[in-house]
Amino acid sequence: MTIDLVLFLTLAFIAIATGLGMLMSRNAIYSALFLVLNFITVAVFYLLLGAPFIAMAQITVYAGAIMVLFLFVIMLLGAESLTGEFNFQKLWFPGGLALILAAEAAYLLISKARPVGDILAPEAAVNDPGTLVELSKALFNNYLLPFEVTSILLLVAMVGAIVLTHKEKKVQK
Amino acid sequence: MVPVDYYILLSAILFAIGVTGVLIRRNALIIFMSIELMLNAANLAIVAFSSVLKSFSGQIFVFFVIAVAAAEVAVGLALIVEIFKSKHSIDVDQISSLKG
Repeated sequence: MTIDLVLFLTLAFIAIATGLGMLMSRNAIYSALFLVLNFITVAVFYLLLGAPFIAMAQITVYAGAIMVLFLFVIMLLGAESLTGEFNFQKLWFPGGLALILAAEAAYLLISKARPVGDILAPEAAVNDPGTLVELSKALFNNYLLPFEVTSILLLVAMVGAIVLTHKEKKVQK
Repeated sequence: MVPVDYYILLSAILFAIGVTGVLIRRNALIIFMSIELMLNAANLAIVAFSSVLKSFSGQIFVFFVIAVAAAEVAVGLALIVEIFKSKHSIDVDQISSLKG
């Protein structure tokens, strides 16, 4: 059991546990906080996979901006919990069938698991500024047009959010 | 060295948790969070493959997915606030005006 595998299994346990916590929490605030933890765990996975830039983008955009927006709306609406939310007791039969299916799929995947290729050694990729240089070269040469289109998309989303929430004042004659 | 299959399995589990959330919860905000979880699971699979193939295209794709997710959240939350203003609830079972 290598150190990589130990790291992976621990992180995978945290990721799945926080995902389930998000699903099961009665209070929407707890759900959102579990999801923040899940996003940070996935960011650590990105570090493990040798993608430091994506990991930092994940933490700032997902765990930072998006989840703060969620928490803001939950508290603004006071929608922490709904009455008569789903009863998890009803879930045991379909849940059991799904668990059997998942266990078989996991067995097949793990028993047939072959390293398809080497995953980049994380310490090399994280500490080497060369990967970041290569990434930005690819982003601003081959993918410049999608990059610009994304900025227009963000602008459109911003305008859309303002139009949706802004109340039109009746013009007085 | 962790085989890439493990990452795919983890990604599938997270995606399944997200689908379950969309199907069984009734709070519109939690349904929305489950969608984010699914996007994240897909991103994890993409980065794992990108790392195996030693190609940066996957990472750049994930970067775009994150940007689009941010845009989606801004518009989606604005919609939820509007729905709450008119219905005084974000229970998706009560938002059924379009149903026949």
